[in-house]
Amino acid sequence: MMKTQDIQAIRALITKSRRWDIFFGVLGILALMLCVLTFMTLFVDMAIRGLGRIDAAFFTSFPSRHPEQAGILSAWVGSALVMLVTGLAAVPLGVAAGVYLEEYAPKHWLTDLIEINITNLAAVPSIVYGLLALGLFVYLFGFGQSILSAGLTLALLILPVVIVATREAIRSIPLMIREGSYACGATTWQTVSDHILPYSSAGILTGVIIGMARAIGETAPIITIGALTFIAFLPNAPFTGVPPAGLFDWLFAPFTVMPIQMFNWTSRPEAAFLINAAAAGLVLVLMTLAMNGTAIWLRYRLRKNITW
Amino acid sequence: MNATVTAPPVPTPPTANVSDRLRRRASRHIKERVIEALLFGAALVSVFTTAAIVYILVKESWIFFEAVPLSRFLFDTQWTPLFDDAHYGIMVLLSGTITSSAVALLVAIPLGTIIAIYLSEFAPFKVREIAKPFLELLGDVPTIVYGYFALVFLTPLLQKIYPDLPGFNLLSAGLVMGVMIIPYVASLSEDAMRAVPMALREGSYAMGATRLQTALRVVMPAAASGIGAAYILGISRAVGETMIVAVAAGMQPSLNFNPAEPGATITSYIVQVALGDLPHGSIGYQTIFAAGLTLMLMTLLFNLLGLWLRKRYREVY
Repeated sequence: MMKTQDIQAIRALITKSRRWDIFFGVLGILALMLCVLTFMTLFVDMAIRGLGRIDAAFFTSFPSRHPEQAGILSAWVGSALVMLVTGLAAVPLGVAAGVYLEEYAPKHWLTDLIEINITNLAAVPSIVYGLLALGLFVYLFGFGQSILSAGLTLALLILPVVIVATREAIRSIPLMIREGSYACGATTWQTVSDHILPYSSAGILTGVIIGMARAIGETAPIITIGALTFIAFLPNAPFTGVPPAGLFDWLFAPFTVMPIQMFNWTSRPEAAFLINAAAAGLVLVLMTLAMNGTAIWLRYRLRKNITW
Repeated sequence: MNATVTAPPVPTPPTANVSDRLRRRASRHIKERVIEALLFGAALVSVFTTAAIVYILVKESWIFFEAVPLSRFLFDTQWTPLFDDAHYGIMVLLSGTITSSAVALLVAIPLGTIIAIYLSEFAPFKVREIAKPFLELLGDVPTIVYGYFALVFLTPLLQKIYPDLPGFNLLSAGLVMGVMIIPYVASLSEDAMRAVPMALREGSYAMGATRLQTALRVVMPAAASGIGAAYILGISRAVGETMIVAVAAGMQPSLNFNPAEPGATITSYIVQVALGDLPHGSIGYQTIFAAGLTLMLMTLLFNLLGLWLRKRYREVY
């Protein structure tokens, strides 16, 4: 028989544990809310300050010494061109590397080395990529402080993201698809190009979009290679120069990008430029949000639709 | 793209030329090998990237260390490479990096862990489905925007509480950096906790433990290696973060660990020099590679620690 005191002690213990449990549940919600609140504050504060500056002229004007006339034309064009180079370099390389590691790679030390390497590269600070590009692309290869250097730098930066996404997408394809293909006499490459790549394309696309969203907001590596902060002209439109050499003029043009334009305005002492910075920041955040939103939606659709 | 190869093999009558079929097999084989070699080359790019990072940093730092002995780099207490009386004490920049990272981690690690436990053990399915993508979004906001937020919003707010705070300071940079790192810590820790098998939790619940007791005494110890790896990634992020400190902390090197002062970190110094007009090859310019090498060694150290943690404490179920 238990004594009443013991039962009371146990009840007290249970109540105490329960109370802590509930307390922690509330704490968890509060911590999550703090994140939400910070983001909301950031977004709303920037919108209040910057929304008034955003009009058609803001997108079609060059930066200027007069804050109310300044715009982001050269910045968004530069960002778009740099992203073009980044995508053209990172997507084929990343997908090829992911396919190799999942479908071809034999299990030995070299494969292990490549895998450890990719994990490590994902944790290297972005500014170190900037220093790499400064030494390698700008000075050793002589690409200069150009769109090409910046695009390749960001491509190296997002390569681990694309590789990891490709591998995950490929790994989710069941083995029977491959077995069916091999049983019909297909080679490894036929299996990959006819079955593996089409089935994993949505997953890969998700990874590519997330990688590009990261690249478009990167400032540090591009500042390090020496992108100019004040550009009042546009590079040639891609592939429009006099062929053959003129086609690639745009790759070697000086440029600026959205985050650098924003940094430039943020570091000016005049308060009026801070309003421009807020407007540019708002555009930048909306761009990354749209890209990430697309990726999340794609992934959601993917999870719902595929049944093997 | 290769219709001739992908078409199903035409059934050849036994009388047909056998050597012709064999030749086709051989060409198919060569094509396969070429493609495999190309894909392998793409996979090697990541190894080349690492090699190139090490090569460039060492090669360019070499020029610096030929002019400045290592002891002066490590033990000098001033960092004034751009002055006539030049001093190259990396300690000064390290103090800024350590201070801002410490503030960031004091925010990110407790909050990140709490959010991870909440999402993994407490939250209903619906909440988790919404919260996880949202955290990802938070982690993908460009850091320059966070820097702007620290400078224009948080610093004036902190100045209302603590009026002596200078306009540029490591505190608000560190706090915002912490919020930026929360998603990484929370998301990775949560993945580690979710990987703990349900049976362990059920055992704990069967003994009458609450969710909190289960989380703290069963799930967290079982997921310790993954959580440790998440913390280490958070530390690497904090140490390598550039734009927030460059914008909000003022880029003034000083050897102290007071977050309420302006300061320069390794990363913000690199930005400062890159924005200036020093010629490539001058000692002042080469300092950024020496600083970058220090940064790289630090993150490498953390990475190795993380790798060791994963190997040493991984629970296999």
